[in-house]
Amino acid sequence: MNNEAVIQTGAATLHVAGDHGEAHHHKQSFITKYIFSQDHKTIGKQFLITGIIWACIGGFMSVLFRLQLGFPDTSFPWLSTVIGHWAKDGHITPEAFYSLTTIHGTVMIFFVLTGGLSGTFANFLIPLQVGARDMASPLMNMLSYWFFFTASVIMLSSFFIQTGPFAGGWTAYPPLSALGDASPGSQTGMDLWLASLILFVVSQLLAGLNYISTVLNMRTKGMSMMRMPLSTWGVFLQAILGVLSFPVLFSGFILLIFDRHFGTSFYLSDIYINGVGALPHEGGNAILYQHLFWFLGHPEVYIVILPAMGIVSEVMSTNGRKPIFGYSAMVMSMFAIVALAFLVWAHHMFVTGMNPFLGSIFVLLTLLIAVPSAIKVFNWLTTLWKGNLRFTPAMLFAIGFVSVFISGGLTGIYMGNSAIDIHIHDTYFIIAHFHLVMGVAAFFGMFCGVYHWFPKMYSRHMNNTLGYIHFWITLIGAYLIFWPMHYEGMAGMPRRYYDYSTWESFKQFAELNKFISICVIITFAAQFLFLFNFFHSIFKGRKLTVKNPWKSNALEWTTPIHVGHGNWPGEIPEVHRWPYDYSKDGHDFIPQTVPVGEEDNPVYTAAAFTGVGVEEDAPAKA
Amino acid sequence: MFFTVAAFLLIVIVIFQIAKASEYVSVLKGEEQSFQQSNKVNGALMIVFLILGLIGVYWCNKLLYPKSTLVEGSASIEGEQVDHLFWITLILTGIVFFATQILLFWFAFRYQYKENKKAYYFPHNNTMEIIWTSVPTIVLLILIVYGLRSWFLFTGDAPKNAMQVEVTGHQFGWIFRYPGDDGVFGKKYFKDIDPANSNSLGLIWKDNAALKQKADPASFDDIITGTLYLVKDKPVELLINSQDVIHDVGLPQFRMKMDAVPGTPTRLWFTPKYTTEEMKKITGNPNYTYELACDQLCGNGHYSMRAVIEVVTQQEYDVIMAKQKPAYFTAFPDKDPAASQQPAATDSTAAPAAATAAVVRTARDTAALALR
Repeated sequence: MNNEAVIQTGAATLHVAGDHGEAHHHKQSFITKYIFSQDHKTIGKQFLITGIIWACIGGFMSVLFRLQLGFPDTSFPWLSTVIGHWAKDGHITPEAFYSLTTIHGTVMIFFVLTGGLSGTFANFLIPLQVGARDMASPLMNMLSYWFFFTASVIMLSSFFIQTGPFAGGWTAYPPLSALGDASPGSQTGMDLWLASLILFVVSQLLAGLNYISTVLNMRTKGMSMMRMPLSTWGVFLQAILGVLSFPVLFSGFILLIFDRHFGTSFYLSDIYINGVGALPHEGGNAILYQHLFWFLGHPEVYIVILPAMGIVSEVMSTNGRKPIFGYSAMVMSMFAIVALAFLVWAHHMFVTGMNPFLGSIFVLLTLLIAVPSAIKVFNWLTTLWKGNLRFTPAMLFAIGFVSVFISGGLTGIYMGNSAIDIHIHDTYFIIAHFHLVMGVAAFFGMFCGVYHWFPKMYSRHMNNTLGYIHFWITLIGAYLIFWPMHYEGMAGMPRRYYDYSTWESFKQFAELNKFISICVIITFAAQFLFLFNFFHSIFKGRKLTVKNPWKSNALEWTTPIHVGHGNWPGEIPEVHRWPYDYSKDGHDFIPQTVPVGEEDNPVYTAAAFTGVGVEEDAPAKA
Repeated sequence: MFFTVAAFLLIVIVIFQIAKASEYVSVLKGEEQSFQQSNKVNGALMIVFLILGLIGVYWCNKLLYPKSTLVEGSASIEGEQVDHLFWITLILTGIVFFATQILLFWFAFRYQYKENKKAYYFPHNNTMEIIWTSVPTIVLLILIVYGLRSWFLFTGDAPKNAMQVEVTGHQFGWIFRYPGDDGVFGKKYFKDIDPANSNSLGLIWKDNAALKQKADPASFDDIITGTLYLVKDKPVELLINSQDVIHDVGLPQFRMKMDAVPGTPTRLWFTPKYTTEEMKKITGNPNYTYELACDQLCGNGHYSMRAVIEVVTQQEYDVIMAKQKPAYFTAFPDKDPAASQQPAATDSTAAPAAATAAVVRTARDTAALALR
C-alpha cells in the first residue's frame, strides 16, 4: 500500500496549504465571492441557477410547441403578443415550431441536464464528499462555469437574429445543418448554435478533467475509492465519459464549420437545392457526421443519467435508513455502463443503410447495456425492502426516479433490437422512451439532489409541503404526458411534425394530442411550486439548526452549518468506513468518520461525529 | 384567458398558504410528530398511485390500442415479423414492468417509517445479484437472436422476382421512377437536374460535353410518378435517393423505414399483403390510405412531405402503367410517337387522387418557399 501512503501524504500537504489559503479568503470582495468565485460550492450553485433558468426557458418552449400540436386549429392571439412574428394570426409558424423543438432539445440535454445536473452536483459534492478543501484547480473550475455562461448567452442571442435560431433538430444532421439554403435556421442561427456548443464542450472538458483529478488525487485520509458515496462515483464516471467523448463531437463540429464556410465536402455530396441549383460538393458522406455525433450523443445520455443514479442511491440509502444494497455491484454496473456506452452509438443509425453485420454488433452491445441498468433497479428495490423509509421530498423523487427509469428503460429493449427499431425509429415511441428514461428520470435525480442538499447549500430548509405537492403533480403529469405517446409511436406517428391533420394514418390521435398538451401545461405550471420554494427558501426558508438534518453518514454533513471556503474549519476529518452503515449493530447511523471497532460506544460516536461543543443530535441507539 | 390566469393564481396562492401553514403547524406540534404525519400521507399516496396507475394503464390501453396499427396488423409479409417480435418483447418487458413497479410502490408503502422500527442491515447478497445479472442477460440474448434473424432478412437481398422502384426525396416531396418497358433505370446525375424542363431527377437525356456525358437511351422510357404504385403479393425493392438533405422513407403500415441520403443510395424491400381496397374493408375505414411519411427532419416543410401509396392487383397495375407516358416525351414532345397520332393518354384511374395530391403538394412547396 505504498501508493496509498504517498497519495495520503500528498493530500495532507495540500490540506495544510488549504488551511493557509483559507485565512486569506476572508478578504473577498462581492465580485470574487459571488461572481468570479473559485469556491467549488459557489460554482456549483452558479451551475444550478443557470440550469434552472434554462429549464424554465426550455420548458416554456415545450409549452409553446405543444400548443401547436394539441390545438393546430385554434388561434391564440396572445401568442403574437408574446413571441411576435413567430406566431402568425395566433398560430406558431413552422419555422418557429422547428426552432422551438430544436432549442428545447439542445438546452435541455446540454445546458440543463449536463451543465445544470452534473455541473451542479459534481462541483458541490466532490470536494465535500471525498474530503478536499476545493477542486484540484479552482481556476479551471471557475473558467468552466464562465465558458458555460458564455455558451448560454450565445445560444440565447440566436433568438434575436432575423433568420431565427437553428431549426434542424438537436442532432443537427448535415446537409440540413450545413446549408443555409436548405433552411433559414441553418444560416446565422446555426453559426451561433455551433459557437455556443463548442464553448460548452470546452467548459465540459475543463470541468471533467478537474472532477477526475480531484477524485483521484485529493481524497482525505482513509477515503479509498471503494469508500466514496455513490453520488461521487456517479459524477466521477460521467466526467470520464465526457472527457473521452466530447472531443469527438468537437471534431465533428469543426468539420461541419469547414463544410459551411470553407467549401470542403466532408458531409456533402450530390446536392441539388430547389431554387438554388446543384452545389459543387462531391464525395462527402452525410452519415459520417452521425457517427461522430452519436459517439458523443450516446455517452451523453449516460453523462446525464449517471449523476442522477448516484444521487438517488445516496438519498435512498440515507432516507431508507438502510445500506445501499450491493455497493460494489452498483459501482461495477456503473463501470460497465461507462465501457459499453462507447460501443452502442450506432443504434441511433439502424435505418441509415448501415452494413447489416455492423448493425447486428450494435444490437448485441445495446441490449447488453440493459443488464447493468437492470442490476441497479433490482438493487434499489432491495434497498427499499425492509427499510424504514422517511419520505422527505428528496426520497419521494428518488422513488419516482426508479419508477420512470423502469418505464423508460424497458422500452429501450424494443428499439435496441434493430428489427423493431425499423418500425418505431423516429416516432413518438422514441419521444416517450427517452423523455422518461433520461429526461424525466434525470430531472427527478436533479430535484432529488436539490431537495436533499439544499440545507447544505444555503443553510436553510425548503418547504416540505410544497415539495410533496410538487412531486406528486410532476410524477402523475410525467406519466400522463409520455405514457400515451407509446401508442402513437406504435402507429408509426413520426416525431417532429408541425401538423398531423392532413395525414390519414395519424389524425386519429388529435384528441390525444390535445390531452397531452393540457397535461404539459399543468405539469409545467406545477414547476413554479419548486421555483418559488427554491428561491424563497434561499432567503426566507426555515434556518438549519443542526449540522446533519438527514442523519447521514457522508462526509459533507460534518462541515459546519455555514460552510466557509475550505470546507472544514480545522483538520479535514479522517475516514474509517464506507458511507452506508445505517441500522448496523443497533445504531441508526454510523458516520464515515467513526473508527471501526468502536461503533458500540455511542458517546464516542457522538463526540467524533459532532466535533466539540456543537449543538447536535447524537446518533440514536435503539 | 383572463379567467384561466386568475384561477391559476388563486390555486397557487392557496397552495402557498397551505404550505406556509403546515410549516407553522410543524413548529407548534413538534417537527418529529408532523413529519410522521406527512410520512403516513405520502406512504398511503404510494399505494394509491400504484392502484390508480394500474387502472390507468388498463384504461389507456383500452382507449388507444384500437387506434394503433397493431389491430389490423402489418400490411407487408415481412412486417409481420416486426409485430411478432414486438409482442414477444411486450410480454417479457410487461412482466418485468408490472413486477418491479408493484414491488417498488408496495415496498414504499409497506416499509414506511415507524418510530420504533429498525431497518434490516442487508448490504449485499451474492446469490441474488448473480441471479439478477444472469437472468436478464439470458432473456436479452434470446431477444437478440430472435431479432437478428428478422434484421438479416430485412436488410438482405431482395427476392429475384422483386420489382424495382426508385424513390427520390427532395424538399418537400417524393418522386417515384419506374424503369419502363426495358426494365432498366437510365443513368442520372445531380447536375442534370432541371425541373423547369421536366427533368426533375437529372436523367441523362442529352450528350453534354462539359460534364463528359453521353445520353443514356435506357432513360428514355423511364416513367416518373407522384404516387407509388405497388402490386399485391409481389416483393418490391425501393432504391432510395435524396436530392438535397437527409429524408427518410417511412412506411408505417408496412413496418419499414430507410433513410434517403444525398450521395449515398440506400435500399429496402418488402411484400405488400393487401391492396388499398382490401385494407378499406379490413379496417372499415373508407378513407384508408397507405402513406409514405418522411421520418427524418428535413426542414420547415418536413411535416408535409407526404406521398400516397396505391397497392393494386397485377392487372390493375398493368393498366395504370400502360397509361403512363415516359418523362422523356414530356420533355421532348416532338420525339413522342404517340403524340402525332392522338392526344397524350391520361392516367384515368389514379388521376384524381394523384392530381389532388400534386396540387396540395405544389401549394405547400410554394408556401414553404414563401416562408423562407
